[in-house]
Amino acid sequence: MGNAPAQKREFVVKSRLLEPDDVRRALVRISHEIVERNKGTDDLVIVGIRTRGAPLADRIAASIADFEGADVPSGALDVTLYRDDVALRGPRNLEATTVPADLDGRNVVLVDDVLYTGRTIRAAFDAVLDLGRPRAIRLAVLVDRGHRELPIRADHVGKNLPTAASEIVKVHLQEIDGEDAVLIGEYRP
Amino acid sequence: MMKHLLSMDQLSSADIVTILDTAESLRSVTDRPIKKLPTLRGRTVCNLFYEASTRTRISFELAAKRLSADVINFSADSKSSVAKGESFKDTAWTLEAMGVDAIIVRHGSSGAPHQLSQWVKASVLNAGDGQHEHPTQALLDLYSMREHFKDLEGLKVAIVGDVLHSRVARSNVKGLVTMGADVILIGPPTLIPPQAATWGARIGYDLDEVLEEIDVCYLLRVQKERQSEQLFPSLREYAALWGLDSRRLARMKPEVLVMHPGPMNRGVEIGADVSESPRSIILDQVANGLAVRMSLLYLMLGGRSEDGEVFE
Repeated sequence: MGNAPAQKREFVVKSRLLEPDDVRRALVRISHEIVERNKGTDDLVIVGIRTRGAPLADRIAASIADFEGADVPSGALDVTLYRDDVALRGPRNLEATTVPADLDGRNVVLVDDVLYTGRTIRAAFDAVLDLGRPRAIRLAVLVDRGHRELPIRADHVGKNLPTAASEIVKVHLQEIDGEDAVLIGEYRP
Repeated sequence: MMKHLLSMDQLSSADIVTILDTAESLRSVTDRPIKKLPTLRGRTVCNLFYEASTRTRISFELAAKRLSADVINFSADSKSSVAKGESFKDTAWTLEAMGVDAIIVRHGSSGAPHQLSQWVKASVLNAGDGQHEHPTQALLDLYSMREHFKDLEGLKVAIVGDVLHSRVARSNVKGLVTMGADVILIGPPTLIPPQAATWGARIGYDLDEVLEEIDVCYLLRVQKERQSEQLFPSLREYAALWGLDSRRLARMKPEVLVMHPGPMNRGVEIGADVSESPRSIILDQVANGLAVRMSLLYLMLGGRSEDGEVFE
């Protein structure tokens, strides 16, 4: 506290990989896949990983409600306190975890924007298991950019994106950034 | 985030908001079946208490355990080496040698935590030092007020009783003034220190005069052990003039909050029926203390980086 704020590095966009319509189509397809895989909507809970997984989870739940006519609960999970890099990166601001009802015996679909090293998902497993004992946990991501450091894979993927480790993949969402897009670029100091 | 928490002077209003917001996120952990987070695994926290304490020590111990830190409790009593004459400094170095990451210290001497922070590499959290400060109490009080009044700015808070000897009063005045609250100190003239005029709070001596205007009535413990100093005539007279009984409570705003840092002297500074009335949030204060202390431990011990910036 009382320190100067960390210098903001500039993000330089190299290309736009998904436009708003692409994001919408990918989410609708993922929603259909989730219901198909679950053989209906019974016991389904959609849980978004904060920050950008949360609005994605709400959109998927709304989309399922749209074509199945069934109400699927959705929620948000802050995994900060479960991360393995807390000690390395220092504390970050926390947001509320709002997971609907009881997770015991439910089929939990975790939703995140980008799947990269897999460490966030590992933290999310621990966070979910502290809240209850789901029958199954599945994973849906808008973008899978590779470079896994843990044996984790997604069940539902919006777009597979081969990237270099030096590149940065950013997902923009209407609810947070004012537009839907997937961008690739890099930080300039 | 700062390395040590010694005084409310260290905290800006933005810092206080960060601490309270983080506490709010952590509060929900208390309602879960598994009330534990892995965040501070492998860290060691020592409670170093040279003075009696129930809630502060237990609250810090539980907060550290909820975050998976290991906790050592040290009380300077007949069972420790303090009884053999070990000095404060040697005790500090002993703890340092054992590799603790944080020391939570309560001491009868003002400034002891500051002194300790010069000796050790661990983070030092002041859990009450002499008549100086008790910053975590002030933070949990601010949290409790904010639960009921969204904005602390302009809130009218009366702090009633033995301001002279109270570290709780000093820390609360600093925190409340930083947050823009309007603080009135009330008590027997012998128990209001002359320098209080420089704290940014108003001073009054008559509780009845302010009853109708205040949003929060914060009662300080009458330190009965000080009655021999003849600072007020008798406990009965104190209760009659500055005690909050149900008749006074009835004259206050319907949404007023009654607060007390504990332990209470029922029938002296607070009527038994008032302490159990719906306006009293004394037990909420205790529950909130846990969340606020978890927040501080997370923010202060969560990172290794020296520049210690709180991320986005």
